[in-house]
Amino acid sequence: MPSPDPIEHLVDLLARLPGFGRRSARRAALRMLLHPERMMLPLAEALRQAAAAVGPCAACGNLDTASPCRICRDPQRDAEVVCVVEGVAELWALERAHAHGGTYHVLGGMLSALAGIGPEDLSVQPLLVRIAAGEVKEVILALPATVDGATTAHYLIDRLRPSGVTVTRLAQGVPIGGALDVLDEGTLAAALQARRGV
Amino acid sequence: MEWQSPAIVLAARPLGETGLVVSLLTEAQGRHAGLAKGGASRAQAALWQPGNLIEARWVARLAEQLGALSGELVHPAAARALDAPLGLALLSAACAMAEAVLPDRAPYPVAFRGLLALIAGLPVPALADYVRWEAALLTELGYGLDLDRCALTGTTDDLAFVSPRSGRAVSAAAAGPWRARLLPLPGFLAQERVAAAPDELLVGLRLTGHFLARAVPGEVLPAARGRLFDRIADLARAGSLTGS
Repeated sequence: MPSPDPIEHLVDLLARLPGFGRRSARRAALRMLLHPERMMLPLAEALRQAAAAVGPCAACGNLDTASPCRICRDPQRDAEVVCVVEGVAELWALERAHAHGGTYHVLGGMLSALAGIGPEDLSVQPLLVRIAAGEVKEVILALPATVDGATTAHYLIDRLRPSGVTVTRLAQGVPIGGALDVLDEGTLAAALQARRGV
Repeated sequence: MEWQSPAIVLAARPLGETGLVVSLLTEAQGRHAGLAKGGASRAQAALWQPGNLIEARWVARLAEQLGALSGELVHPAAARALDAPLGLALLSAACAMAEAVLPDRAPYPVAFRGLLALIAGLPVPALADYVRWEAALLTELGYGLDLDRCALTGTTDDLAFVSPRSGRAVSAAAAGPWRARLLPLPGFLAQERVAAAPDELLVGLRLTGHFLARAVPGEVLPAARGRLFDRIADLARAGSLTGS
């Protein structure tokens, strides 16, 4: 069997990445091929190094070059407060917001009847083990405001209740800069339900 | 080809980065799928949540094509149920069951109207009505339960069991030595607007689940229904609720 055309093979691989269609993959491949020393080889080396060095943190599931990750090792972090997120992308989003000073736990997905994802497919047991160790006082459920996200949250609340830790979740409502007349009815209803005294 | 109709979102599967293949239930078109371009985008994600009632529009060049879906939110049932564990479990189970058992593009108006009534009452979960809705699903699918009279004696009194083969009711007196092989029939299932205790609801779910499993490939009911069953079982253990 003949080996694939290296240019087409490169385009095929790039086109599998999120944010890349075939057209943008071809543009990126062309730019790299025109400047192999400056762009292509450093990228290849960076990819090789990252693939070899980066892995999941044994404590929280974050991706880092060391395990425990730099967040779990940080003495400035409040280890009594654990924020549970769906994936690493959500962890990074919360880190960008600089709003959470505690640690994290990455579930690795959501319960989904449609996708056939059950509790055994998620990192629930490691979370319970962390809590059973006794250091955690509060668990923040930072899960999506979707049917799957809420189903997962209710499941976790049931599993966490016997441990006695405080369980909280993110608020739902009007986004910063959001005008009420353009919000969907579901968000408005949730915002009204979650109103608070001022 | 084109139609526009009120529809309940049953399920949404990602397609590409922002697209969704959405499954809807409508009164006239039945369970009908379509492609919602940009359905997973920030602007549309809330619309395509399972359980939402929307005004849907489907367009395709040929009837057999997947077609393009668009819609406007009419009743945000999903958002209303998010904070109610039992209501959300009911919503998820009902959508998953409709998605699992109803054939494509065939009208099942009783199933649609029943599901509509269930989501309209959320976040308060009408658990007995959910079990009755599953029985109505069986009837529309052709596996109907015959709960009007005893299959052996014809009596309409003291109906306490159902034959696991025929789906016909059997009175307590006629059950005799076959009692252990029959499925228990909870009283609320044969009567409208009768309240049901959690343990009766579980009996009802076992009964409808036995027959609904025949309509599902592999005879495995959706996990969402199992989670609803578990929540009601928790209530039965706590003895803290009477359904309606």
